[in-house]
Amino acid sequence: MAGGVNNAPRSIVTTETRPVRIVLTGIALAFIGLFLVVPLVSVFIEAFRQGWHLYLAALVEPDALSAIKLTLITAAIAVPLNLVFGLSAAWAIAKFEFRGKSMLITLIDLPFAVSPVVAGLIYVLLFGAQGWWGPWLADHDIKIIFAVPGIVLATVFVTFPFVARELIPLMEAQGSDEEQAAMVLGATGWQMFWRVTLPNIKWGLLYGVILANARAMGEFGAVSVVSGHVRGETNTIPLHVEILYNEYNFVAAFACASLLALLALVTLALKSWVEWRTERLAAEDRRHATEE
Amino acid sequence: MRKLIPALLLSVFAAAPALADVTLLNVSYDVMRDFYKDYNPVFAKHYQAKFNDKVTIQQSHGGSSKQARSVIDGLEADVVTMNQSTDIDAIVDKGRQINAGWEKKFPNEAAPFSSLQVLIVRKGNPKGIKDWNDLVKPGVQVIVPNPKTSGNGRYTFLAAWGYAAKLPGGNDAKARDFVTGVFKNVPVLDAGGRAATTTFMQRNIGDVLVTFENEAEMIAREFGRGGFEVVYPSISIDADLPVAVVDKVVDKKGTRKAAEAYLQYLWSPEGQEVAAQNYLRPRDKAVAAKYAKQFPAVKLFGIDEFGGWKVAQKKYFDDGGIYDQVAASIAKR
Repeated sequence: MAGGVNNAPRSIVTTETRPVRIVLTGIALAFIGLFLVVPLVSVFIEAFRQGWHLYLAALVEPDALSAIKLTLITAAIAVPLNLVFGLSAAWAIAKFEFRGKSMLITLIDLPFAVSPVVAGLIYVLLFGAQGWWGPWLADHDIKIIFAVPGIVLATVFVTFPFVARELIPLMEAQGSDEEQAAMVLGATGWQMFWRVTLPNIKWGLLYGVILANARAMGEFGAVSVVSGHVRGETNTIPLHVEILYNEYNFVAAFACASLLALLALVTLALKSWVEWRTERLAAEDRRHATEE
Repeated sequence: MRKLIPALLLSVFAAAPALADVTLLNVSYDVMRDFYKDYNPVFAKHYQAKFNDKVTIQQSHGGSSKQARSVIDGLEADVVTMNQSTDIDAIVDKGRQINAGWEKKFPNEAAPFSSLQVLIVRKGNPKGIKDWNDLVKPGVQVIVPNPKTSGNGRYTFLAAWGYAAKLPGGNDAKARDFVTGVFKNVPVLDAGGRAATTTFMQRNIGDVLVTFENEAEMIAREFGRGGFEVVYPSISIDADLPVAVVDKVVDKKGTRKAAEAYLQYLWSPEGQEVAAQNYLRPRDKAVAAKYAKQFPAVKLFGIDEFGGWKVAQKKYFDDGGIYDQVAASIAKR
């Protein structure tokens, strides 16, 4: 996951013979074809099997619209939260030395290590009617589980590491020399952040945000546990897809699934573009360095 | 696409749900979707005419025990409509959202209709499946949802058990061997009844699907009548499908009147008619007579022969119970 942004160019030295190379490449391509391309294509074929009209009808149906809306709202809350957290955590970890730092790094990775279903259950245990804070919440008529706040919480949890994980290696590699220089020249904290730190990390940051967003919109397991599956109320797109599929409504299920697949494709395109940008910038930097 | 984008934008910025006078949430199990899709508008019309109030019904579906768990954990259901009383009893015991004695609030132990387990086989019945004893034959693949997570699966387990125990010379030990034989032939254990149907019909796995009679009709509607046949076994289990008002929620929301009317109307001739149309066996004698042709007479035994659901659940399906022992003995082979 980490380090995807700075791929240093390296010269290719291989000693394998031609047949070995062909076989290895063939296996890799066959694998990708079988496990990635064919399923992806089949989603779109199934979605359009009975024509454009049914495809569109499945997407503008009220329950589908409400699922799309809820998914967008969830991502719109979860991603900025992760952005702020990821930035502060990466900043603290990369630029400062403090006790418990390695502990913090490990904790950030926790959502990757824990199954999403467990993540959902944690929130049920905390906020559910039988949970720790359930009675208090019920007394004050605050709904968290089986309502939008619960879905947002679960999504924040599973997307927690993306931004921080992207930024920590990047900021550690850059060190704090430039920030120190800015301080010496009399910059305030904000000036230093906006003029020095942010320009240095913006592509890594964008990359993390793209990944976090993709996961936020696509999350199934954790959200499924806390959603309650009320049609038109607490279903996100992935949950809506499951319901449609269980209702034998395959065209509509695949139509909504194709939205998620499209999102994945857009994410990939954006990601490649960001990678290409960073690489080009890095190349330019190296050229400047050699010219000087 | 041109139509889609404005519609999406509209939904994001403008769509506040139309506010009805009363909104009820019906938390139900998987295969009841189709029935309530038909019943809800019929009830809403009746309610509007009688009380001049508009009522909107929201639905939530999933495996029955999972749904009960959600209500216990705080999903604010006004009514629950389940496929066995243990799921409602669990809400009484663990969540206390429903008051004890719920089964006395409506007729027929609060079960407005019933179903039974039938065998669904592929067109032409290539494996010649006629009764429960054909399910243990070598080479027959049986599709059943998991009895741990699904009432549908539990009914199947007990139906097979009851069949074997009632054979001449049958006893508990023989029944246990028989059920072990059936589950040995199960290649996939889905979590719920609907998932099992999808496995059988869509993924084309298995020779026989054991499920509720009304689910067979849903398969016919969705996949056409040409692809499968329904086999009525010599004896089956009577599956009463109970309903209850969630007292704590309706008292808090002030929806008791509408929630009780919603369930009571299930026993009306109109409600019973919708049930029969969805192949749920009605209680109303007139409706039952009208639809007699679609409900062949089958010898049935009830859950009371197992001591009621509370006893049966504990003995057969709780952790370490007979089902777990059977599953463990199959896994060992």
